[in-house]
Amino acid sequence: MPHSDEDVRDMLAAVGATSVDDLFHEIPAHVRLDRPLDLPEGLSEDELFGEVAALAARDVPASELVSFLGAGVYDHYVPAVVDAIVSRSEFLTAYTPYQPERSQGVLQSIFEYQTAICELTGLDVSNASLYDGGTAVTEAVFLAAARTRRDGVVVGAGVHPEYRRVLRTETAGCAPDGCGGAIVEVPCHEGLTSMDALREAVDEQTAAVVLQCPSFLGGLEPMAEAATVAHDAGALFVAVVDPVSLGLLEAPGQYGADVAVGDAQPLGQPMSYGGPHLGFMAVPSKLTRLLPGRLVGRTVDAGGAPGYVLTFQTREQHIRREKATSNICSNQALNALAALVYLGWLGKQGLPELATLCSRKADYLRRRLLEVPGVESFTQGPVFREFAVRLPVPAADVVAALEPRGILAGLDAGRFYDGFDDILLIAVTERRTREQMDAFAEALAAYLATATGGGTA
Amino acid sequence: MSAHTTIFDLSRPGRRAATLPANDVPDLEPSEPIPAELLRSSPAELPEVAEIDLVRHYTRLSTLNYGVESGPYPLGSCTMKYNPKVNERLSALEGFRGLHPYQPDDQVQGALLLMKRLEGWLCEIAGLHAATLQPAAGAHGELTGLLLMRAYHVAQGRSPKTIIIPDTAHGTNPASVVLAGFTALSVQSDERGGVDMDALRSVVDDDTAGLMLTNPNTLGLFDEHITEIAELVHEAGGLLYYDGANTNAVLGRSRPGDMGFDVVHFNAHKTFGTPHGGGGPGAGPVVVRDILEPFLPVPVIVEASGGEDGGEDVALRFEYDRPRSIGKMRTFYGNFGVLVRAYAYIRSLGAEGLRRVSDMAVLNANYVLEGVRDLFGVPYDRRCMHEFVVSGEPLRQYGVKTLDVAKRMLDHGVHPPTTYFPLIVPEALMVEPTETESKESLDRLIGVFRAVVEEAESDPDLLLEAPHELPVRRLDEVRAVRQPVLRHQASSD
Repeated sequence: MPHSDEDVRDMLAAVGATSVDDLFHEIPAHVRLDRPLDLPEGLSEDELFGEVAALAARDVPASELVSFLGAGVYDHYVPAVVDAIVSRSEFLTAYTPYQPERSQGVLQSIFEYQTAICELTGLDVSNASLYDGGTAVTEAVFLAAARTRRDGVVVGAGVHPEYRRVLRTETAGCAPDGCGGAIVEVPCHEGLTSMDALREAVDEQTAAVVLQCPSFLGGLEPMAEAATVAHDAGALFVAVVDPVSLGLLEAPGQYGADVAVGDAQPLGQPMSYGGPHLGFMAVPSKLTRLLPGRLVGRTVDAGGAPGYVLTFQTREQHIRREKATSNICSNQALNALAALVYLGWLGKQGLPELATLCSRKADYLRRRLLEVPGVESFTQGPVFREFAVRLPVPAADVVAALEPRGILAGLDAGRFYDGFDDILLIAVTERRTREQMDAFAEALAAYLATATGGGTA
Repeated sequence: MSAHTTIFDLSRPGRRAATLPANDVPDLEPSEPIPAELLRSSPAELPEVAEIDLVRHYTRLSTLNYGVESGPYPLGSCTMKYNPKVNERLSALEGFRGLHPYQPDDQVQGALLLMKRLEGWLCEIAGLHAATLQPAAGAHGELTGLLLMRAYHVAQGRSPKTIIIPDTAHGTNPASVVLAGFTALSVQSDERGGVDMDALRSVVDDDTAGLMLTNPNTLGLFDEHITEIAELVHEAGGLLYYDGANTNAVLGRSRPGDMGFDVVHFNAHKTFGTPHGGGGPGAGPVVVRDILEPFLPVPVIVEASGGEDGGEDVALRFEYDRPRSIGKMRTFYGNFGVLVRAYAYIRSLGAEGLRRVSDMAVLNANYVLEGVRDLFGVPYDRRCMHEFVVSGEPLRQYGVKTLDVAKRMLDHGVHPPTTYFPLIVPEALMVEPTETESKESLDRLIGVFRAVVEEAESDPDLLLEAPHELPVRRLDEVRAVRQPVLRHQASSD
């Protein structure tokens, strides 16, 4: 705060106040705070840095361990160019681009981001981003309810368990056009949803069928077949996808998805303990007016030169108030810029290369682990970057046993699925080396030999 | 290169920036090959560029943008204050940015302690009892708070349907109300800009689930009847929701809990100085009275009792077993990277510094109001708090609207205020200078207002055709809707 005492005196005089306290006389005395806030004393910058850095030093970041943890957040390398661009203050310290003539930088970057998401998903229109994967799934369901004027949701159990929890929470109040009806969960078997069960679950009240590929447990779902099931029932098909997987796996637009959503954390976003990340959403042109959140379009200025603006704002809360398609009034603009720069860094060739590299490494580790006595295959069929195995002991025990060796073995699937306490979910990014994977397999073998051999299992 | 060249236009086949590690695993046939029908049929047409192309392109785009570091940014209700540099350095520490959300609790004690302390400070600032850091933004906090109110009523065996909202409210309020399954009921303002008490009395009844209020409101005025409003709503069985968008006016001066509010959301990116990022990421922590605590989203951070969950080095852990919880508002725990900056902001200022934030924010707003009050209509002539609203109606005599004033201010090198909000003031200009602008900067801003109004008198076309000095002239928003171009097309140039 720049004011000197003299500035304050001059300014008080200019506004006709006798003191700073005098400025607050419109607050009734009985709701004024008559004591200082009970907070710790302020700190110098050096002291602040010391205290907060000490907190950071108490953490053991996964990025510095041999981490096989995934489950929606992946330890991909974030190139320096991403940090360099997003830390430019003209991007970092700007507001939502309400004055387009002075915000062409962020507007054009969002337009480019929308283009990149359309390319990835094979769909026509992308919004400017959403909070995260879980809230994007909820928004997709609202969109489907508005489109179909139905209120049922059929969601595969292979959709991230926390996305499903967010969906249940945020639709509890019901929503525009009567969503909040029954949410039916279709069980998945060894990482894959049964199409027969899916067919049984949909009916004439189903607004959306939501399936994730790869599934939370790593299976490559039959998305084209599921889309047909949804469409036969007059429902929209919502595909929850991993953006890096789209370097290798078919684009949602090609298998009939009406909405593609997901979390773009794998695109150049630090894991950052779960946020900030960003959700993405893309749809065919016919659904443009139902999209939630910000949307940037290209237009011309008074002289006929091209430029960019926020558009279709009549969908939004600041115009439509209670009739808006969503209450969202921000996006994750800086995260969208990071995702865009990352995709530009990877490029047309790099994305498939990265996806292939992850899948090769995952395949290698799966082979190695299945050679360990007692470890069995769990995820059915081919996988992309993540797979689950069945262990002869609780997965939590393995995670705890390998932690002191600097290995994060993966996620105990029992945390989210009843009866899955012996299932370990394992992710492999390009950052894992063969040496690290061999060490993981050996450490697991050694632990299991002791644990099962010693009769403690 | 023309001004609108995109990264896709720069693409040249075979060019690249990325370096990826070599494949170090044996090149075997996959044990389970991915069937051809699941494989991508044609590649995503991402740009093919070198790293220098990327850096030059986005550096150029950044120069077309305007941030707090470019100059004054008096955008009302948005609190565009300076974002301290050290907070960026802190949030980038690997011990924060490298954490995975599913790491074992013993590896994340620093992060948990930071969040636990931040919760405590937010409770003290709000004058309330318990907090969740989960919501990703202010509007997301609103939805969280309303779902908490809903859960509370349901637990009481009631299902009131109406949420009362003054006509000065942010557009997110009614949109969030509908999303939470309530009905929004608008109540008008009185001649002093506060809630009209007679109008309020006539609508509060058994069906009143609650009332949402921003205080000071979007006119920058403190509602003097707040205690009476709270009593009225509470007596009917309703709850009070505080939209914390304007908390920058009252830090250490008055607390929402003491005013009678039961739920508060803060906008970390406004009040606690975290950068807005061109529209996000933000953070919208929610603080509640004790009666609402059982319903908070999971997980909540609790002290480990040292039992089976924790060894000696586990002091804090996440608690999921909360049967009355509304559930989960976000995939993980919140925009943690933003919360680190908010922690650092509050910690560096302390109680005294936070109070000075509001003192100087209010002083600055009043100073600018004094400097421009003769130029515009002043619909509510009271002491303003951290922002004020004036009307551009007097300029209509020159054929000039508020929109034109805003566009011409851009030519003068400052960001204009919020325009056409709140809706109840015609041709509204909503000005929030914030505490981090110096007297000289405020004088410059006042000077720009004065110059633009003089130009309106002498040469209105200068305003009507503004901006003149920017990379683009006034943009055709109607065409953007009628002929939508929402993505780059290779053939579009």
